[in-house]
Amino acid sequence: MADTLLSIRGLTKAYPGVVANDDVSFDIMKGEIHALLGENGAGKSTLVKMIFGLVKPDKGEMLLDGAAYAPGKPSDARLSGVAMVFQHFSLFDALDVAENVALGMETPPPMRDLARQIKEVSETYGLPLDPYRVVGTLSAGERQRVEIIRCLLQNPRLLIMDEPTSVLTPQEVDILFETLRKLKSEGTSILYISHKLEEIRTLCDEATILRLGKKVGTCTPREVTARQMAEMMVGSSFLTPEPKATEKGAVLLKCDKLSMPAPGAFGTPLREISLEVRAGEVLGIGGVAGNGQDELLMALSGERLAPKGAIWFKGGDISRDGPMKRRDAGLLSGPEERLGHAAAPNMSLTENAVLTGARRKGLVSNGFIDWGKAKGFAEEVIARFDVRTPGPGVAARALSGGNLQKYVVGREILQAPDVFVVNQPTWGVDAAAAAAIRQALLDLAAKGAAIICISQDLDELMEISDRFGALNEGRLSPTRAVAELDIEKIGLMMGGAHDMEVAHVDG
Amino acid sequence: MIRLEKRPNPSRLWTALTPVLAVVLTMLVGGIMFALLGKPPLEAIRTIFWDPLFHPQFAGYSRPQLLVKAGPLILIAIGLSVGFRAGIWNIGAEGQYIMGAVCGAAVGLAFYPADTWLLFPLMAIAGALGGWAWAMIPAFLKTRFGTNEILVSLMLVYVAENILASASAGWLRNPEGMGFPGSRNFKQWASVYNDELVINTGMHWGVVAAFIAVIAAYVLMARHIQGFNIRLTGEAPRAARFSGVSPARIIFLCLGISGALAGMAGLFEVTGPAGQISIDFNSGYGFTAIIVAFLGRLNPFGILLAGLLMALTYIGGELAQLMLGLPGASIQLFQGMLLFFLLATDVFTNYRVRLTGREVA
Repeated sequence: MADTLLSIRGLTKAYPGVVANDDVSFDIMKGEIHALLGENGAGKSTLVKMIFGLVKPDKGEMLLDGAAYAPGKPSDARLSGVAMVFQHFSLFDALDVAENVALGMETPPPMRDLARQIKEVSETYGLPLDPYRVVGTLSAGERQRVEIIRCLLQNPRLLIMDEPTSVLTPQEVDILFETLRKLKSEGTSILYISHKLEEIRTLCDEATILRLGKKVGTCTPREVTARQMAEMMVGSSFLTPEPKATEKGAVLLKCDKLSMPAPGAFGTPLREISLEVRAGEVLGIGGVAGNGQDELLMALSGERLAPKGAIWFKGGDISRDGPMKRRDAGLLSGPEERLGHAAAPNMSLTENAVLTGARRKGLVSNGFIDWGKAKGFAEEVIARFDVRTPGPGVAARALSGGNLQKYVVGREILQAPDVFVVNQPTWGVDAAAAAAIRQALLDLAAKGAAIICISQDLDELMEISDRFGALNEGRLSPTRAVAELDIEKIGLMMGGAHDMEVAHVDG
Repeated sequence: MIRLEKRPNPSRLWTALTPVLAVVLTMLVGGIMFALLGKPPLEAIRTIFWDPLFHPQFAGYSRPQLLVKAGPLILIAIGLSVGFRAGIWNIGAEGQYIMGAVCGAAVGLAFYPADTWLLFPLMAIAGALGGWAWAMIPAFLKTRFGTNEILVSLMLVYVAENILASASAGWLRNPEGMGFPGSRNFKQWASVYNDELVINTGMHWGVVAAFIAVIAAYVLMARHIQGFNIRLTGEAPRAARFSGVSPARIIFLCLGISGALAGMAGLFEVTGPAGQISIDFNSGYGFTAIIVAFLGRLNPFGILLAGLLMALTYIGGELAQLMLGLPGASIQLFQGMLLFFLLATDVFTNYRVRLTGREVA
């Protein structure tokens, strides 16, 4: 017992209508990397917030190094040696790294000393970072380093990391893992929250699994398979989608040097994107967020019109056609942002069915909407994609992220597209639902549709894609068959080192 | 502590209840205001809300006025509500109303003294076109140069007022009017006079048009795909673009509808209750209609009721000025309060109020 750092005993926290944590107990040892696993809504964030002093438990207690530990606010937690790196960064773009770090401190040392400390820490832990760089110019990975260094300057005994790898390239993930292992060797404990099971297997010593607010199991990740962990998370076994080796048909959608200016100050221009996707094929497009994913989707959906001759669908130039014309022709799309882009938050599911299904599903005749038919279509999507909702009259914003995602993806799939372009189809969706969505995409491809799946989840892309390309600063790497790729090559493609470009110039 | 919690679904109960609550609060605070002005509050409120309809002496005159005043308010507000649903803020209905009246009257006067029933419909169309054209200016500037339609449409009200002044003093002046400003009086020109259709009801063609507009707007917004697109644009502009709705088309459509309806309201007014183009022919209907549109929750039938209520405060306000000597500004303040309370109570439709104690450690 002497080497237990944090002992959690019977923590319970209820919110109106839902018990977020129900009698959760586990121990984190000194120098241990402990994984906290669970689907969305399993209670991970609530638990972590209690440890970090953001939320007070209703019941239960925590012992830190054998002494009672009940942080009233995050600064109490920090004083006790608990630090946290959040999934969403709180940094000021206009300030430099050192200034940002100083802002988070109670009594910041003089700037020059702080800059020196930052440099020291960053060198010690292999996280290269220039304290005088302005944060606005940093990549997502570098911003995360700022947050990590901010924590490390406090010499924490326990470091909490919330989904740290979701914004990183594989190379950056490797660097992060090196840092975490070094911290561990120095005796720092790490509570690592993630749903990426392979990562947990390579990094973590112990795992605690939560489901619906309860602890449902512990395991030693190295000794079980990812699938076993996933099943513990979900509570039942689920099907791993299996790509079917179908004959690939004719080219359905083709981009020929598609270039477009950035849509706004924070957008990314598209630069000479060329791609082809055939009937029955899934083309996976990876890349770190903000490298043109949204812009590519808008160019393909027709929300922004491309220059003439850039986009070809079934042999015809559709570059100047708007979304309705493209939908009529059979090119459908699903944007990343569910609320406000794929669906109107305050409108009902029935109304949101009309949003894209109006014409292909014949919900409108002579300009008048057939609300009965629209409701029928909404109910069909709800039933076929297992959307948990009281009914089609509910506003889209009332659905949980995963359920709404099933709804908006299902809405397009049930319209039987010839080509379906989707961005982040399983973002924020629990494992079972994600598997169902992936399976639906594969089924669609098996029926002869071509699919372009843009995603930041590499595991997902490897699982369902036939070919893979990566976006980097608005450029698309040459696409390669997934079978000939390994994680190293993918990382290089994502990082923009197009070593294979030469061979494909004439494509 | 008081905390606002977002409701997952907008509350239907509160959507219906807020206008009532706003009216009650306006009466309360208005009453306090009247009391501070040294007027008996209860009597003032009774004079505004009750006497116009039921006073033994005045009701005979003021009851038909209800529809006369409500007609243009409803007609304009219906048009505005369509745009407001799309997030297009046409504040310049007053200008479109004036331009409709001027254009319609000009077309009619060009044929003076023709005696054909065809002329009145022609004038109505000209009036609608005048208001429409005036609204196309902010629409064009917005779609082409990204200008703000609120400012442009509002500025154009003052331009329209100047055009109205020049018309009544110059190019539309009654040649037989002995040099007085103001056009020929339509009340003395039977074939175009927009008289009461049923005696002593105040019902003229403008009121009929308003009722038709209410029904048409309901059908448009609830059943037609264009109405759906308008709502979608207002709710989620990005989702609208994703759906394939062209923002520019919605801007032209919405400003066009509101401009045409305001213009038509102007024409019905000038050929009916007002009788002639004069410098002060416009009486702020275009601005009051904004309040009516919101008071009616941008819902056509709500607007119908709100228009009647607003007309009542107009007539009652005049009556209160006459009988209690209340200043005219206090009546306007009273109407403003109504909008203020409506917007304030609106928070309950989307939010739930929670009283929270301090969290227990």
